[in-house]
Amino acid sequence: MLLNLHSHNLMKTLLATVICWTVALLIFFPIFWMVLTSFKTEIAAISMPPQFIFEPTLDNYRRIFERTNYTRYAWNSVVVSVGSSILGMIIAVPAAYAMAFYPSPRTKGTLLWMLSTKMLPPVGVLIPIYLLFRDLSLLDTRLGLTMIFMLMNLPIMVWMIYTYFREIPPEILEASRMDGANTREEILKVVVPMSKGGLAASFLLALILSWNEAFWSLNLTASRAATLTAFIASYSNPEGLFWARLSAASTLAVAPILIFGWLSMKQLVRGLTFGAVK
Amino acid sequence: MQTSNSRTALAVAGVLSVTIASSAFAQTTLTIGTVNNGDMVRMERLASVYEEQNPGITLDFVVLEENVLRQRMTTDIAAGSGQFDIMTIGSYETPIWGANEWLVPLDDLPASYEVDDLFDSVRDGLSHDGTLYALPFYAESSMTYYRTDLFAEAGLDMPENPTWDQVRDFAQTLHDPSNDQYGICLRGLAGWGENMALVSTMVNAFGGRWFDMDWEPQLDSAEWNEAISFYVDLLGNYGPPGASSNGFNENLSLFNSGNCAMWVDATVAGAFVTDTSDSRVYDSVGFAAAPHQVTEKGSGWLWTWALAIPTSSQNQEEATDFIAWATSQEYSELVAAEDGIAAIPPGTRQSTYANDDYMAAAPFAAMTLAQMEKADPNDPTLEPVPYTGVQFVAISRFQSFGTNVGQQIAGALAGNMTVEQALQNSQQTVRREMVRGGYID
Repeated sequence: MLLNLHSHNLMKTLLATVICWTVALLIFFPIFWMVLTSFKTEIAAISMPPQFIFEPTLDNYRRIFERTNYTRYAWNSVVVSVGSSILGMIIAVPAAYAMAFYPSPRTKGTLLWMLSTKMLPPVGVLIPIYLLFRDLSLLDTRLGLTMIFMLMNLPIMVWMIYTYFREIPPEILEASRMDGANTREEILKVVVPMSKGGLAASFLLALILSWNEAFWSLNLTASRAATLTAFIASYSNPEGLFWARLSAASTLAVAPILIFGWLSMKQLVRGLTFGAVK
Repeated sequence: MQTSNSRTALAVAGVLSVTIASSAFAQTTLTIGTVNNGDMVRMERLASVYEEQNPGITLDFVVLEENVLRQRMTTDIAAGSGQFDIMTIGSYETPIWGANEWLVPLDDLPASYEVDDLFDSVRDGLSHDGTLYALPFYAESSMTYYRTDLFAEAGLDMPENPTWDQVRDFAQTLHDPSNDQYGICLRGLAGWGENMALVSTMVNAFGGRWFDMDWEPQLDSAEWNEAISFYVDLLGNYGPPGASSNGFNENLSLFNSGNCAMWVDATVAGAFVTDTSDSRVYDSVGFAAAPHQVTEKGSGWLWTWALAIPTSSQNQEEATDFIAWATSQEYSELVAAEDGIAAIPPGTRQSTYANDDYMAAAPFAAMTLAQMEKADPNDPTLEPVPYTGVQFVAISRFQSFGTNVGQQIAGALAGNMTVEQALQNSQQTVRREMVRGGYID
């Protein structure tokens, strides 16, 4: 009987492991294939059946570095995504604090209204934003892009941080107030340290969303403030083979955020599952 | 005292000379919006020669995907934001934007530019009311690519000027899907610049047209029905699987991998299919005219990628100088010296095709020349039409209804609807658009 139970548990663990690995491999495969293709020649990249074993070449990378200033695009991506995420945190933390600890009858409605702005397709506001940017001389500037990315991610950040703040018992805040803490100290010394994981997750999510954003960076930049998404788009070719070189460009574009995501995986997972394990 | 005066004079002279020198070397940056075509990438690389010759000019290339580029250019011009000094646009947009006064007219070109050396059809396609609004960088028509080895094995002979009926017979004979060999590869991907480029030339060849002289849509005519039925039957029976998602690049991949016995597409692909590093069939490709049927008129398309200057540019004079250089004979000579004579941007200048070295180095050049000379955007169809353009109608609404019709035809090709249904829907869509546009009641 005990042996049976043991083997049953073993089977369950094995099944779960197999399913986990299958899902992980399915998600990872396109990235793996992209990296593999980036080391192929154009003719090997399109060959049928697809080639797993081939003579690798660095030619695609060499040509990309010869033609484009990769570091300029990468630096722009770093500046606007980190900048917009920090700016977003500065605004989202006090907003979420007010909504979580001093709710008014309209708080729920305000939260929903904020989220509803995400339902509007960005192209619907392209022309007004473009004209505003033109008049404020923000076209093709990192400042303009930082602001638009921050505004784009703000509703999600407020929502996320709001849910983390709601986990904190109001009694703790009351206690800190009894000890003479003012609002600033309450936020910085009590609320923020208690939801470190959640705040890190919100920051990382905003960072990743900004890094991957393509619509605004393609439409509001030209050469000076163009980010890595514009860099990838420049390698799509309407007339000619381009898969191998495009794969190399995409690999270079996702590499920094992939490495960063991998290094901060612990915080990300902890933050995202924070609510579930309370 | 005198020493002090001379010191002051010296200082003033120094400041003046620095000011003069800095204004003489004040950098003008020209921002160029372009696409990632092989010829454009080459221009980007060779542009450093222009910068060396013109020390006051810095060239900044912004490379974008074709549709994004079109959208950016339209927004930029409409908003007058002056983000771009030079734009890469096609022969569809140029006359429309020229008529809207969005582009700088190019009627003051230096004599050394030899504007008469440009093909008439190319020049006409980039003009509005006789004024040139863009300079052609490279131009293309369409032609038939076929595998000489497969034709020889099967004992077939491709005529220099085949009909669609002959092409279908060849496709039937050479179609061998069990060996991944398809009789013919054609564009099936929906889009006014994708499947509709080929389909429009087929309709022209079958004697059809988009509109009659009163702008009444003709998509429910017998000619359209015959052409589209032929296309669906040909590509459905003898084409690769999933042909309705194949555009230029997918077909190029298939042809270069040796999966297509024939392919009807842009003449610019001549350089790609004969490229020894990118094509497996580089030594067994033959070239024939784009197929015709009841007429040769409009059976091959005409498309030009050109460089234009938006009126919002702050550096119009410098931009004109650069685009004149990038589309000149001098530039062609530079390309020949750097990358070989076969790499000269094709289809724009008659002198290129008068060059024996070029004709010998580029096996596709003779057929490209023949097709370019045949294509006439001002007389594209058997029956008279009120519009210009071979594979497009040069009116602003075409971009929208052209893609819509393309989706209907791709649907018929995928078997989601009958050809009759597709054409009926298309006729309704185009009619509605034309009523909205005030062309008809």
